[in-house]
Amino acid sequence: MTAPVKKLKVATATLAGCFGCHMSFLDIDERLLELVKLVEFDRSPLTDIKHCGPCDIGIIEGGLCNAENVHVLREFRANSKILIAMGACAINGGLPAQRNHLSLPLILEEVYHAQYGLVDGFIPNDPELPLPLDKVHPIHEVVKIDYFIPGCPPSGDAIWKVLTDLLAGREPELGHGLMHYD
Amino acid sequence: MIEAHIWSVAMNKDNTFTLDGKLIPYHEGQTIIQAAIAAGEYIPHLCFSPEFKPHGSCKLCTVKANGRQTASCTQQPQPGMVVESNTKELNDERRVLLQMLFVEGNHFCPSCEKSGNCQLQATAYQLEMMSPHFDQFFPDRPVDATHPEYLLDFNRCILCSLCVRASRDVDGKNIFALSGRGIKSHLIVNSKSGNLADTDFSAADKAAHVCPVGVILKKRVGFAIPIGQRTFDEQPIGATPHPTVKGA
Amino acid sequence: MTSQINKHSEYLDSILHFRRHNANDLLQILREAQEHYGYIHSDAIDYLSEKLNLPRSKIEGVAGFYSFLYLQPQGEYRVLFSNNITDRMLGNMDLLASLCDQLWVEPGKLSEDGLLWVNTTSCTGLCDQGPAMLVNNIAINRLTHDRINTICELIREHVPVSAWPLEFFAIEDNIRRKDIMLGSDFKSGSALAALKQRGAEGVLNEVKISKLRGRGGAGFSTGSKWELCRAAPGEQHYVVCNADEGEPGTFKDRVLLNSYSDMVFEGMTICARVVGARKGFLYLRGEYRYLLDHLQAVLQRRRQQNLLGNSILGEAGFDFDIEIHLGAGAYICGEESALIESLEGKRGTPRNRPPFPVTNGYLNQPTVVNNVETFAATSLIGMNGGAWYAGIGTETSSGTKIFSVSGDCERPGLYEYPFGVTVAQVLADCGAHHTQAVQVSGASGICIAAHEFSRRIGFEDIPTAGAFMVFDQSRDMFEVARNFVHFFAHESCGFCTPCRVGTSLLSNMMDKLAHGFGSPYDFAEIEKLNVLLQSTSHCGLGHSACNPVLDTIAKFRPAYEKRLAHKDYVPAFDLDGALFQARQMTGRDDRGAHLERGNE
Repeated sequence: MTAPVKKLKVATATLAGCFGCHMSFLDIDERLLELVKLVEFDRSPLTDIKHCGPCDIGIIEGGLCNAENVHVLREFRANSKILIAMGACAINGGLPAQRNHLSLPLILEEVYHAQYGLVDGFIPNDPELPLPLDKVHPIHEVVKIDYFIPGCPPSGDAIWKVLTDLLAGREPELGHGLMHYD
Repeated sequence: MIEAHIWSVAMNKDNTFTLDGKLIPYHEGQTIIQAAIAAGEYIPHLCFSPEFKPHGSCKLCTVKANGRQTASCTQQPQPGMVVESNTKELNDERRVLLQMLFVEGNHFCPSCEKSGNCQLQATAYQLEMMSPHFDQFFPDRPVDATHPEYLLDFNRCILCSLCVRASRDVDGKNIFALSGRGIKSHLIVNSKSGNLADTDFSAADKAAHVCPVGVILKKRVGFAIPIGQRTFDEQPIGATPHPTVKGA
Repeated sequence: MTSQINKHSEYLDSILHFRRHNANDLLQILREAQEHYGYIHSDAIDYLSEKLNLPRSKIEGVAGFYSFLYLQPQGEYRVLFSNNITDRMLGNMDLLASLCDQLWVEPGKLSEDGLLWVNTTSCTGLCDQGPAMLVNNIAINRLTHDRINTICELIREHVPVSAWPLEFFAIEDNIRRKDIMLGSDFKSGSALAALKQRGAEGVLNEVKISKLRGRGGAGFSTGSKWELCRAAPGEQHYVVCNADEGEPGTFKDRVLLNSYSDMVFEGMTICARVVGARKGFLYLRGEYRYLLDHLQAVLQRRRQQNLLGNSILGEAGFDFDIEIHLGAGAYICGEESALIESLEGKRGTPRNRPPFPVTNGYLNQPTVVNNVETFAATSLIGMNGGAWYAGIGTETSSGTKIFSVSGDCERPGLYEYPFGVTVAQVLADCGAHHTQAVQVSGASGICIAAHEFSRRIGFEDIPTAGAFMVFDQSRDMFEVARNFVHFFAHESCGFCTPCRVGTSLLSNMMDKLAHGFGSPYDFAEIEKLNVLLQSTSHCGLGHSACNPVLDTIAKFRPAYEKRLAHKDYVPAFDLDGALFQARQMTGRDDRGAHLERGNE
């Protein structure tokens, strides 16, 4: 009887992202069955575990737009041996970062006070709410990131290629067709 | 194809140089990149176009010529010169130059109409730029939509000056010019208001079709070419010496 | 509209007339237009576009390049504080704050009443008598709180700068050590008389024998340069004197032009005879505007003495005259090909080289570009011969060099030494104590630490264009490097990707370290940037931009270590600070409204 293979622990999270990269991840379809022979998921939308413990690979979708994003990212960095930024938002701020040339006060005023049709607008200030950062940041601007999977979203094939390269101990490479920023 | 070129020119040491070990013929007045392109070889470049005089600003085309790094678009070959281009060292440098361009402007590919036909993007794919690496500048740059047919989105400008050269040397109009200095360098147009609509820019201008990125865009064509059929979906930019871009 | 154009046409017509409607003189035309009107009005650009047959965009593009040209109103008083590290060491920022406080103005913003605009500017070349400022392009030295208070009064009362106390503008030479040049008893015309004796070939030969190398920093053989130019075919040859002296800490040419200008102009004239030039330019940095009247007077006197103009010293066919062109606040125009672009009325971006100016320079004609001190040296060589000159200094570096010494020393000013002098000697002579470091040859030069003070100044060891800035033990060498890095980012011409973006990246990195967000990761990043800039930059500015940082990291590491967060990787910004605006807008200050510094 052979000893069971030690599975790698993988955790994933979405910060200021649309979850599209996670949806794209599921586009690996039946290869997911192959994957779960090699890895087990810690915190992730797939498992609904709320906090990530020590893991081998952390995958982050989405950039940093508020304080809560920063907390989650820090937890991931502290607990992951390898941390991967997946998708445009994590890598360069993406769509949420398109607000960066505007000032935050201006945006909050516009949305919560000046919008047409608003009655008694006020800026939400419940202590439970995470506060927005003045600018949206790519995640590598706050913690060290080890690998990047570009795309909006990266295709399931691209994600699969990077993961299998890493699991095999190779430097990830995408090549024409898998490599794109849109 | 390369053989045909070689046999058509008298081959002696006086008019050839080597590019990554390959013998490349050249004639008086050609620069390294011009000779390379004529011989069917690809050297990454952005501000260079075979139709215009070399500019030398992007520095993507930097090669090592007899051990010294130099821009291949402005360097004239010497007989027997040993030129290296496709080395890890040079490609690593080019990747950093691309990263610099990506953090300097606002290059948001997912919503850009030039995506898939963009030389900056395609060169970054070619050099496997996986992330911008540096901290983004997020500059506040304008969009000029005043002209009825053409849009100018300055977020993407890489200061290649192709539009400046085309407007000045081909169209004879001088619509575009560079102003400012250093990191504040930016493109301006030839009108008092600063708006494109107040110039004599027209869709028939050469300058309307030379932008390698998504600054000068024809309005109301949107994403006409589907994903999968765009210029650089079909083949990477490195597959030809200089691309012929669809929808330009 | 017509009446508005007429408003500008009057003063522009006279400027255009004087400049003979020459589009090459665009920079001078714009400068003079601004001197008259206060800034370059949009209607003025229209008028110039029409009269010079230049596209509007081109004129605007040129105006936009130079720091001292303004396309918007800049107030009745434009006050620019020189912000070299030596000015900062003397407390210029306190003085700037005081002035802004008293006059209710924010730095970089036009005051509400349109009265004044205050900002900092790159080193103005008055390091030996700082802190310094420029008010409406005129230099004021030795700023103190007293002087600032008086200046505030004068500004409040709209007193024209020309009526301000004369002592404000008394710029001293501060010559501390003379040698063959500063101590020469040169008489105007004597080098030209010698030229007459030796002939053009003879003088060229003497210059070659002298082994004189350019004094502007690059150190190219002057004899070779003149010879190449002389031999180069062209319709016209030109002689250009590079008086752009923008390297921080350099002010030797300022003194040569103030008190030894005959020697300089005579050197240019000798050169003209050798290369066959009929026209010469003195490209004078805009910060030395205050020298213009004096220099024009010297030229006029020389014309009257038959030392300039037609048939110089009676020799038929020996015609040469000099025009003074002013720069407008762009350090890069000290680079010879960028200087030539500027002379041609364009943005000062360096050219692709080869070809070099000696064959393809001003208007694509053979041109000699030499430094002020170089031309002065050729006058001495013309008189005393090359062998005499070659016998001074060292084998590789002949002759003497003028140093402009500033910083922590008792006697800042000009010191002339034969090449080969040690750093220690200069420090002893200028009264420097407890010296920690010396920055030789400015921001693009080398930082010398105490264990290297026995090294010699010369092309074989420590080359220099002249700047010699002294820092004692109390100084923070990190801040010195940071000042230089800010300088390069401000002065980058922006043409090539590596320097345009790289100098800003470097500036941001140094600010990151300054604000306590540094980590060893940043050191590696700076190293990588340096390699890239060295390999791919278009000109020397990009090549040197990382030098100050690498030198100081290597030799003054503790100054950096104390700013490291002792972690592997630190974000560049204050995360808690990034929540400040949101806290303000929501009125929250609970624990969840803050982010602590992390353990990333």
